[in-house]
Amino acid sequence: MTASAAPEAAVQAKRKNSPRQRAIRRRRIQYAVLALLLLAVILFADGGQIQRVFLRPDLVGRTLGIGLLTALKNTVVYTIGAFIFGLALGTVLALMRLSSVAPYRWLSSIYIEFFRGVPAIIVFMAFGLLPLAIPGAIVPFDPYGTVWVALGLVAAAYMAETIRAGIQAVPKGQLEAARSLGMPAGMATQRIVLPQAFRIVTPPLTNELILLVKDSSLVYVLGLSASGYELTKYGRELASTTSNLTPLVVAGLCYLIITLPLTFIVKRMEANAKKAR
Amino acid sequence: MTQTTIPTGRREDEIQIYDLHKSFGPVEVLKGISTIIHRGEVVCVIGPSGSGKSTLLRCVNLLEQPTKGRIFVLNDEITDEDADVDAIRTKMGMVFQQFNLFPHLTVLANCTIAPISVLKQSKATAEATARDNLAKVGLAERGDAYPAQLSGGQQQRVAIARALSMSPELMLFDEPTSALDPELVGDVLSVMRDLAKTGMTMMVVTHEMAFAREVADRVIFMDGGVIVEEGPPDEVIGNPQNERTRTFLRRVLDPTHVDTGAEDQAYAERHAGHPSPDAEGQLPASGRDA
Repeated sequence: MTASAAPEAAVQAKRKNSPRQRAIRRRRIQYAVLALLLLAVILFADGGQIQRVFLRPDLVGRTLGIGLLTALKNTVVYTIGAFIFGLALGTVLALMRLSSVAPYRWLSSIYIEFFRGVPAIIVFMAFGLLPLAIPGAIVPFDPYGTVWVALGLVAAAYMAETIRAGIQAVPKGQLEAARSLGMPAGMATQRIVLPQAFRIVTPPLTNELILLVKDSSLVYVLGLSASGYELTKYGRELASTTSNLTPLVVAGLCYLIITLPLTFIVKRMEANAKKAR
Repeated sequence: MTQTTIPTGRREDEIQIYDLHKSFGPVEVLKGISTIIHRGEVVCVIGPSGSGKSTLLRCVNLLEQPTKGRIFVLNDEITDEDADVDAIRTKMGMVFQQFNLFPHLTVLANCTIAPISVLKQSKATAEATARDNLAKVGLAERGDAYPAQLSGGQQQRVAIARALSMSPELMLFDEPTSALDPELVGDVLSVMRDLAKTGMTMMVVTHEMAFAREVADRVIFMDGGVIVEEGPPDEVIGNPQNERTRTFLRRVLDPTHVDTGAEDQAYAERHAGHPSPDAEGQLPASGRDA
């Protein structure tokens, strides 16, 4: 600092009003408001009543039965199958969207816009009535196959856009280098472009997977038998027989068992991707 | 000038370019390029930026689709609509300014993926060839590394090894040292010098005048989408006949020489749409009648 002629007091006053000091003051006010809110919740909420509505201990015990395990397993199986189906279809749609063949582009665009625009639950309802509309149309691996296809059809529309973005993020020079080595377009896409594209879109795709875990709760409209219940349906059935919300809350918490590890993995992958760059 | 048959049919005329035109939208980048590159010849293409020299090189292996004109590689017409372009490309290696190594593959896999998948070589054969070529470019030890772990100069040498692993008959270089830090340029140029000594046919777009003068058999000076002057390096670089060549070389060889007026004028001339008479309708060079 250059020697200044300003008196000591003026320097002190300037210090007190520095941007850093003002930021500290603002932060302190925010903390105080948060603390007050927390205090209000603790003081005014009736813990016992809340527990009676949402988490009755005896019903928690009743929910945590073998049925919950089956439902958890079903949710996982529905999600994984739908993800694989959606990924395959989404990749095809993404490639069609980027194709030089115009009708492929149109078809893909129509598909993506339709399934992204229409509520998933309506798609599932329609899908449930498919055997009625087209007699003899049976999806194998019932009930899993039906769920995989129904859920996957919708997921593919979202994934296609993600994968398309990933393909376009691969530098043009990569394709040129592959073609200059004599690779045909299809081989270059498959061996050079797609591996890099999937590496780029792994974090967003994992996010799609998390969304899919939760969307699997909509498949109840397909009309599944008790052995095919996933978490939400299982919780709902039990909630209506016991006339209490506890089973649904427990089922809801079970989703976290699936989604929290996935979230963690995404964070790790994003951190790694940053390092690699 | 009387033209012989197109193509000449002579095996030593490895690249034949006839009246090549290329437009990007309304901008005509190549305005009738004709030349023949012979087996074992090292041809350096020089010229100011925007002169179309990279586009010319990229047209040769059809990374750019010519608007008009014909190109023959090893007497196969790559501009023929029914040509097996992929098969023709396996015979010419290409090295890019930005290296374009495959980042998801190791150095060795970069060099073997095309021989294995395109030429159907066995993994063992392809790896043996790749290791040979990596040794040639001084990177025998780095086969297991990934491109991101290498310096720019090393990456470009891997790119050369990758192209050589297809055992091409000729090599195209698109400003191979332009993206490199100055201290890394030398290694890449020395690899290219060694390659030239083995008798490889090379077409090199470059700004390295010293390299062109030392290694090239022929220098092509391009400006405004036409070949302005071509011949042995001692003539084109050492004693240029055309005023545009002289202006360009003066600026390149003495970068401290600032002559904004001349540069702007040169630019205006290039884009005025009046190619100079000496370039208009230029016919194929007869090559050197050695």
